[in-house]
Amino acid sequence: MGRNIGPKSAWSGKARIMAETKEYLFFTLPAFLIFTLIILIPFLIGIYYSFTEWNGITKDALWIGVRNYVDLVTKDESMGNAFVFTAKFTFMVLLLSNALGLALALCLTLPLKTANPLRIVFFIPNVIGGLILGFIWRFIYNQAFPAIGKLTGLSFFLLPWLGTPETGFWGLVIVYVWRTAGYLMIIYIAALVSVDESLLEAAKIDGASPIRIFTRIVVPLIVPAFTVCVFLMLSWAFKIFDVVYSLTNGDPYRSTESLALNIYNEAFIYNNYGLASAKAVIFFLFVGLITLVQVSLTKSREVEL
Amino acid sequence: MSKRYSPALFIIETLVLVMGLLFLLPFFMILMNSVKPISDIVRNAAEFPKSFQWNNYVLAVREIKMETAFLNSLLITVASIVGMVVLGAMAAWKMARVKTPLSRIMFFLYVAAMVIPFQALMIPLVKVAVVLDIINSRSGLIFIYVGFGLPFTIFLYHGFVKGLPRELEESAMIDGCTQVRIFSMIVFPLLKTITTTVIILQTLWIWNDFLLPALILYKREYHTIPLSINRFFGQYLYQWDKALAALVLSTLPVILFFLALQKNIVKSIAAGALKG
Repeated sequence: MGRNIGPKSAWSGKARIMAETKEYLFFTLPAFLIFTLIILIPFLIGIYYSFTEWNGITKDALWIGVRNYVDLVTKDESMGNAFVFTAKFTFMVLLLSNALGLALALCLTLPLKTANPLRIVFFIPNVIGGLILGFIWRFIYNQAFPAIGKLTGLSFFLLPWLGTPETGFWGLVIVYVWRTAGYLMIIYIAALVSVDESLLEAAKIDGASPIRIFTRIVVPLIVPAFTVCVFLMLSWAFKIFDVVYSLTNGDPYRSTESLALNIYNEAFIYNNYGLASAKAVIFFLFVGLITLVQVSLTKSREVEL
Repeated sequence: MSKRYSPALFIIETLVLVMGLLFLLPFFMILMNSVKPISDIVRNAAEFPKSFQWNNYVLAVREIKMETAFLNSLLITVASIVGMVVLGAMAAWKMARVKTPLSRIMFFLYVAAMVIPFQALMIPLVKVAVVLDIINSRSGLIFIYVGFGLPFTIFLYHGFVKGLPRELEESAMIDGCTQVRIFSMIVFPLLKTITTTVIILQTLWIWNDFLLPALILYKREYHTIPLSINRFFGQYLYQWDKALAALVLSTLPVILFFLALQKNIVKSIAAGALKG
């Protein structure tokens, strides 16, 4: 460990390199070993499993080549349905959550009296776990909505919430927008407060209308935040699991089953570990694709290779 | 702000306030109904409680073993974070300072691994946990959390270390300080800002996480809060009196954590989002 090293010049070359290598490994190896055991190795085993048939009970997985992948294309309908649901859900949430988040950010950067407490209020749903939020909303849809409907006579609350594929879909969209809009709001607020006040003042003096100021000055300046928020929602919504699991669990008739839930069910409910692994590999490829597009668009400033 | 409080602002303020109340409505409904007898909840959930049945909370605490679940969640969260902060900061510091191909390869692997979704790891992970004999143990789960948390932790620390001047470390080295001393006495204190961000972001993740502990811990006495809630709903679906009290109790710790640290949390999240 190079104790009491003293001035560098006192070192012979070889001994110094040995000591520095030891130090280097002492600092970097523990993390890398755990990372290898918990992420790299399971990831590779997962790819191997995707070429096997294994029910989890027999000792060994049986090598079957690409049959799982062929089955996914030719036989299995559930993943295709889950993909359509997840894509629709992601698109809707992306749109609504960004619209609401930006609207809230615009309002709460005005000199309102309650701006600070309201920021906290809109953000709170975000700190609670998805599983618990799903259970909370199960009560809201099952018990509170009908009661509010009876009280107010508004037909919106009297719909068969979570009972049909449509209400299940919109039920999840509402919860997810409610959960994430405050988060996006925080990012938009950070971008908006960094917009230079003097630019806005100058435009006002030149007689620009508020709408023109917004579209011509504010919007171009918050484009980076916009990109971040779009991709954040894209990757979150696409990977949604907890909220779906506890709110609808894919019901009715697996119509609200997300991709992540579909993989979970294939593995731990139907015990088709091989097929589930193939689904997981494809899921990884989708997520990887989204990330590649994001990185190429934003040219990540951080990764210095 | 020198702007006057105009009627337009008043209208906007009213609209946003209404929106804020709508956002809080689910919590209010849960809180209000958690003290009602089940018959009143089912009959009319939109009505104020006529009588307060505090016993719901007593039963909920007993049913979900709230104190055990809370301590398990606390232990697992704190220990996992200590592990990933110490190991992550050590590794990131060395990798940022010693610019060798090995450092670059490892850093690339950490960043690339952040893309892998949990579902692509969970099936073999259970198998690996069985082989390593860390299944169904809290320390095993902590070990796994450290592994999952390291990539993002190292990513954040690495970016931060690159912005720190090296002069202090170099002069300490010339004075004969060991690397361990340099790291613990000089470098680690300088990382305070980013350590706060790491702790906050990883706490919210681990405390709320459900699927990983569900796959690793099946013994009931090891259950965390999300696992206990899930088990409760699996068994007593629609026993809303106890269920709502349990939901209130399980959201309380994280809401208090948020309110206590909200300034830091909001800052961390803006920073984390712009980096991750």
